[in-house]
Amino acid sequence: MRYEAPSTLDAAMALLAEEAGSARILAGGTDLLVQMHSGTAAPDLIVDIKKIDEMCSIVLENGRYRVGAAVTGMEIMEHDDFNAAWPGVVDGVQLIGSIQVRGRATVGGNLCNASPAADSVPAIVSAGAVASIMGPGGRRDVPVEDIGIGPGRTSIEKGEIVVSLLFPEKAASSSGAYLRFTPRTEMDIAVVGAGVHLTLDAGGTCTEAKLSLGAVAARILVVEEGAKALIGSKVDDATLEALAAAASAACSPIDDKRGTKEFRIDVAGVLARRAAGIAVERARKS
Amino acid sequence: MARQHVTMTVNGDEADFLCETDQTLLSALRDELQLTGTKEGCGTGDCGACSVMLDGRLVCSCLTLAVEVEGKEVETIEGMAQGENLHPLQTKFLEHAALQCGICTPGFLIAARALLEKSPDPTESEVRYWLAGNLCRCTGYHKIVEAVLDAAAEMRGH
Repeated sequence: MRYEAPSTLDAAMALLAEEAGSARILAGGTDLLVQMHSGTAAPDLIVDIKKIDEMCSIVLENGRYRVGAAVTGMEIMEHDDFNAAWPGVVDGVQLIGSIQVRGRATVGGNLCNASPAADSVPAIVSAGAVASIMGPGGRRDVPVEDIGIGPGRTSIEKGEIVVSLLFPEKAASSSGAYLRFTPRTEMDIAVVGAGVHLTLDAGGTCTEAKLSLGAVAARILVVEEGAKALIGSKVDDATLEALAAAASAACSPIDDKRGTKEFRIDVAGVLARRAAGIAVERARKS
Repeated sequence: MARQHVTMTVNGDEADFLCETDQTLLSALRDELQLTGTKEGCGTGDCGACSVMLDGRLVCSCLTLAVEVEGKEVETIEGMAQGENLHPLQTKFLEHAALQCGICTPGFLIAARALLEKSPDPTESEVRYWLAGNLCRCTGYHKIVEAVLDAAAEMRGH
């Protein structure tokens, strides 16, 4: 196995293009090294992206946050201004693994690992983040919900790298929240996860909303019916009931020892409702 | 492929070693630098026994490639005591009997020190959440949490 740590994106692209065998990108390594340890990954080339400046920084670009794909969870949690703007994203990030894991693990990696239970992904999906992908054919921007297409499978082509995640300009009176259900509070994998982001007008009516669910299907879901239930409402109890029903209706979960199918479907509704409640409280204060 | 030459700082001293590209930092510390205080529990980032500081950040050394630490600063349990003088956390772990077999202890101590450097007066809840990535199969966690809180109080000077 060859290890390379290029300092520019161009050099990283060239390494990927020239490699005849299998290549893997190393960000935090908290999934890749586990796969190498278990023998499920044995790449010929590892390209470490942590020496590429634009992949390791959080920058404000015309009022929009761009988060490099190699920015760690702890770096996001310690970024006060990003926390203030995107608390729902931070809800998801702070549930990933332990302090040790978050010291290395990245949101870019969480996205590209394509686990349907990834905690940060419903949060960034509901926030409306877009992945900036560099490939042999140039740069393309893809909504983050289109990256993971099944457990461990992505729409990223050979030779491409997710460089950064671009968050939209945050509207006034808008905010988000992410909640998950796990048997333990820490160091566990989501049985269900729900991310909501919404915007309120001056009268408290919801004008924009996005609901995303994790661990209830083979990929992270966007629930359009949930957004429809919220938009145009004052987010009252009846709206939240309709939101919960839409969330449950969207689920097609597996049935396993960590949660039955029926339980996951029910909990998806409960978490969507509660996350929306938190998002509304935060939006009113933002 | 030829073994890789890595130069880094460990516990304040310059060090170098030769390693395979797929070797973990944990393995390099133990097998190349003979710093065997850092332990392997699970090898998959679930137990925290291999916790070290990497450029001031608490990480699992089992989830870090050895070649990644070129030019970086690593702190391990071997650097915690100053000669014969134990760190207050080490003293309090002994006083509170916060260990039995000891395999998890270096990881707990490194993680707890990282907490107290960031938050000198943590609540019990903060200690429990911070240490959630460190597993102990002998004592349970109560004595460990008590030892950390007691060490924090002593380090604050009361």
